[in-house]
Amino acid sequence: MVEVLQAAILILLAAAGTGVVLTRDHGQQVIGVSFFGFLLTLLFTVYQAPDVALSEIVVGAVALPLMVLLAHASTERHGREQRRRREHSQS
Amino acid sequence: MTHLPYFVAAYLLLMGLYGVTTSRNLIHLILCLTVVQAATYVVLAAVGYRPGATAPIFADISTHRPAVDPVVQALMLTDIVVEATVVALLLAITVQIKKRTGDVDPDRVDEFKG
Amino acid sequence: MSRGWRIFLFVFGAAGLAAAFAALSLPLPGPSSLRSRYLEAINSRTVPERHATDAVSAVNFDYRGFDTLGEEFILFVSVSGAMVLLREGREQHGKLLPDGMARGREVAGSDAVRLWVLAMLAPKILFGLYVVTHGQLTPGGGFQGGVILATAAFILYLGDGFDCFRRVVPHGLVEIGEAMGAGGYVAIGLLAFLSGREFLTNFLPLGRPGQVTAAGTMPVISLLTGLEVTAGFTLLMFSFLQETLTPKEDIDE
Repeated sequence: MVEVLQAAILILLAAAGTGVVLTRDHGQQVIGVSFFGFLLTLLFTVYQAPDVALSEIVVGAVALPLMVLLAHASTERHGREQRRRREHSQS
Repeated sequence: MTHLPYFVAAYLLLMGLYGVTTSRNLIHLILCLTVVQAATYVVLAAVGYRPGATAPIFADISTHRPAVDPVVQALMLTDIVVEATVVALLLAITVQIKKRTGDVDPDRVDEFKG
Repeated sequence: MSRGWRIFLFVFGAAGLAAAFAALSLPLPGPSSLRSRYLEAINSRTVPERHATDAVSAVNFDYRGFDTLGEEFILFVSVSGAMVLLREGREQHGKLLPDGMARGREVAGSDAVRLWVLAMLAPKILFGLYVVTHGQLTPGGGFQGGVILATAAFILYLGDGFDCFRRVVPHGLVEIGEAMGAGGYVAIGLLAFLSGREFLTNFLPLGRPGQVTAAGTMPVISLLTGLEVTAGFTLLMFSFLQETLTPKEDIDE
């Protein structure tokens, strides 16, 4: 029974990894990474590794998406400011 | 079927590397690196597992019960937290690149201006 | 190298790697049948030798404490690097807006989120402290509990904005905390010299397995690691938030 669960989570993990790589939209990819981290947590739980699962769920579902979203917001803001500056210098 | 962890790990590694080579956005590239990282976790978790064994926590069970490998878990545990901060460092570099060159496309960020 | 060539080279290399991997891994025994003498050695010795019931934390902080010291310093250096990279922006721009909030950049938080944050803050901190201090008994330890405590600081930002986060989290104190956490680990290791033993020997009395004070230096190291990880993540968030939310120039005035 446990082996079936492990195989199922491994296959889901491969699918989620494909999803993370092939997604181009920023917001969707962050959700995908969060889900990927959650699947990894399930994998660690099923492989009898509770310590690692604790670690992964906090990092992969909370800390990592938050930092990536902030980096996205920062780069978009810089893009807006640089465009505004270019328009200012042209006009 | 017993080799499924190996194959999934190889698949994740190659998929992540494919994402790194064909990425058009540095932040997308960094997240593909986390997929590559997950490949190592899959291999380590599978190598430590013993069928029918339980977690290596002996707070409520006798130490003679078969348990999985704790060394491999110790390797994974610190690695997860540390890699989160390394991803943060990479994101900080990305933000600086955006400020200096106005671009986050890895194909176009080529020159290193002083 | 142009993009097309790069992709072609990658596909070529990946195909070769996949073929080699398949050829090498198929004759191997399955992953669960690999013998490991380390497993039996540690699982049978953790409770009698070290009085710690969590074998993973025992390996992390005691049997292989030196490796964990290295990992902790990787964390320390990454956080310092990220802070330096994002700090440069702070000196470039003008002053912050009077109440620290970038004009029109922050969405006003909803009351539901604020209520939820208020309700979850204390349980989060309590749970984080529990996980840090009980690392040698049950799954947990400095790393996991440290990140949980750091998320308690994050949700302050989610509930009430960057200004509240800035007022509650004193930047200088958090920096000192991180340094104390990293340096304290080395200090504990050096203290073992005083009794004539090697670096990072477990020299405190071992106590009874099942108590919080069991396993000698392990709870102390766990606490220091938790302090360092919490402070590190909080500083990271601080730098990222400051970088994202403070205006660089006011073009439209």
